[in-house]
Amino acid sequence: MKADRAAIEAKFYGPLGDFHIDVAFTAPGYGVTGLFGPSGCGKTTVLRCIAGLNRLSGKLRVDGELWQDDASGTFLKTYQRRIGYVFQEASLFQHLSVRENLLYGSKRAKEDGPAPISFDDVVAMLGIGHLLGRAPGALSGGERQRVAIGRALLSRPRVLLMDEPLAALDRMTKEEILPYLEALRENLSIPIFYVSHDMSEVERLADTLVLLDKGRVAALGPLSELQSDPALPLLRMPEAAVMLEARISAIDENYALTSLDIAGGTLVVPGRRGKLGKRCRIRISASDVAFVRGPVPETSVLNYLPVRIVSITPPNGDDPQLNLVAALGEDGTGARIVGRITRKSRDVLMLEPGSQVYAQIKSVALLS
Amino acid sequence: MPEFEHLWSPIKLTLELATLTTILLLCVGTPIAWWLARSRAPWKEAVAAVVALPLVLPPTVLGFYLLLLLGPNGPGGSIGSLFGLRSLAFTFEGLVIGSVIYSMPFVVQPIRNAFEAFGDRPLEVAATLRASDWDAFWSVALPLARPGFLTGAVLGFAHTVGEFGVVLMIGGNIPGETKVLSVAIYDYVETLQWTQAHVLAGGMLVFSFAVILSVMLFEKRLGRVGK
Repeated sequence: MKADRAAIEAKFYGPLGDFHIDVAFTAPGYGVTGLFGPSGCGKTTVLRCIAGLNRLSGKLRVDGELWQDDASGTFLKTYQRRIGYVFQEASLFQHLSVRENLLYGSKRAKEDGPAPISFDDVVAMLGIGHLLGRAPGALSGGERQRVAIGRALLSRPRVLLMDEPLAALDRMTKEEILPYLEALRENLSIPIFYVSHDMSEVERLADTLVLLDKGRVAALGPLSELQSDPALPLLRMPEAAVMLEARISAIDENYALTSLDIAGGTLVVPGRRGKLGKRCRIRISASDVAFVRGPVPETSVLNYLPVRIVSITPPNGDDPQLNLVAALGEDGTGARIVGRITRKSRDVLMLEPGSQVYAQIKSVALLS
Repeated sequence: MPEFEHLWSPIKLTLELATLTTILLLCVGTPIAWWLARSRAPWKEAVAAVVALPLVLPPTVLGFYLLLLLGPNGPGGSIGSLFGLRSLAFTFEGLVIGSVIYSMPFVVQPIRNAFEAFGDRPLEVAATLRASDWDAFWSVALPLARPGFLTGAVLGFAHTVGEFGVVLMIGGNIPGETKVLSVAIYDYVETLQWTQAHVLAGGMLVFSFAVILSVMLFEKRLGRVGK
């Protein structure tokens, strides 16, 4: 029941431009929930409805509190909702200094009890201590967005809503901010909704994914499950990949190699990548996975893992390659990975769902 | 120079009229400008046109209707009778009412533009930071629109100082009551008192220049802080 209470239950429907929004989902009350979909699928509208900035018909319950319910005529105004909202452009108040911007929300949220995260902690976590006395106009785009995130956090939100916070930034600045967002995920106890149309951001940050398409929820679930679901478009994207939770289980000082435990196997990556026991997130791209029958050959690739094939699905259009989903472990109970093979490989290796083969993983990206 | 004693009365009267009018206009004009900037009512442009009418109407036309309105047989007469006046025409109070209407567009338009310039976003941000509409208006909208208020106040003040046609129609030329600067200058010229006309006109010139220059410098400084 506790998990239920903390969750976010949303249901919104109504017209939006030339199509209808009709979404209903329950998101966990922890971690990052990514709202992902093509431009114009309604993801920003859904976020604005959670904030009360837009109003569609429906119902919204956050952390056990009813924010909208058409049946009883409940509709809290935006300022009555304990949210933190980060807009695409930082939208700092131009007439206030950075410090005054940061304090704007926290001053008004005082009666909500003690702050879950102190001013100094926010400033330190976002690395904005040296900016406090400046005017917003004197900041770079990345600095402005960091201040906007801090300002939202200091208003004591129960849920943090982020609307493509990196979309307006250049590639370098994005890379500069992503570690701060990862730190938020690690350090905050409140749920974060993260709207994006960029899969690489979602991969790095989201735990749960709500896949939106033309105003509807196409799928909802843990990120890696959706990434390896043959029925969903994520697997068909050119940059298909899976994100897996890993833990550092051994460090080979002699060769400078790090072993990572994942569900159903162990991977080895070059370098000393952290302390023993540290949790991290890894990305295995479909294009880095090959499948091998029979005994493991002698090769320079370190990672050979027994897998059981789950599905082989034809791509759309005239793509000559097939999408393959495999589960780690001889019994196929481990984490799922994805790969691409040609029709010829399928026939020569006689691959079919249930086949036991080896997956050769050429590279693993360690994200945090 | 005893004849210069008379100069002070119209100057004082004009400053009183313009100050009072500007204060009233900021109070009345701000809600109107806010509504014009934010309302989605289809007929709001009709309201905007009414507010802007004094820009294009000949002052005598405006003055004529104001005279009917403020005279003993109009609503102004009934209001005036409450204060023991027969009519609001040819009184300082009537002049204030006329000036407020006459200078309204000069105050409302810059403030409306300033409200429209920053769009919805700062107010949405304020709402997500727990500020009620009223709170956001005072803590975000007003400070952001400050240049518009400054421009509006200065234009409203200056326009009231320079008003002539309306004053003649509804105020007449009563010393100490409705004889303002512009009318006084006209009077002196009519009666060939060039020296007095020179002093008043020259004073106006210097005053106007000083006002406009200081506004421009102030706006420039504001702009630098905002950037």
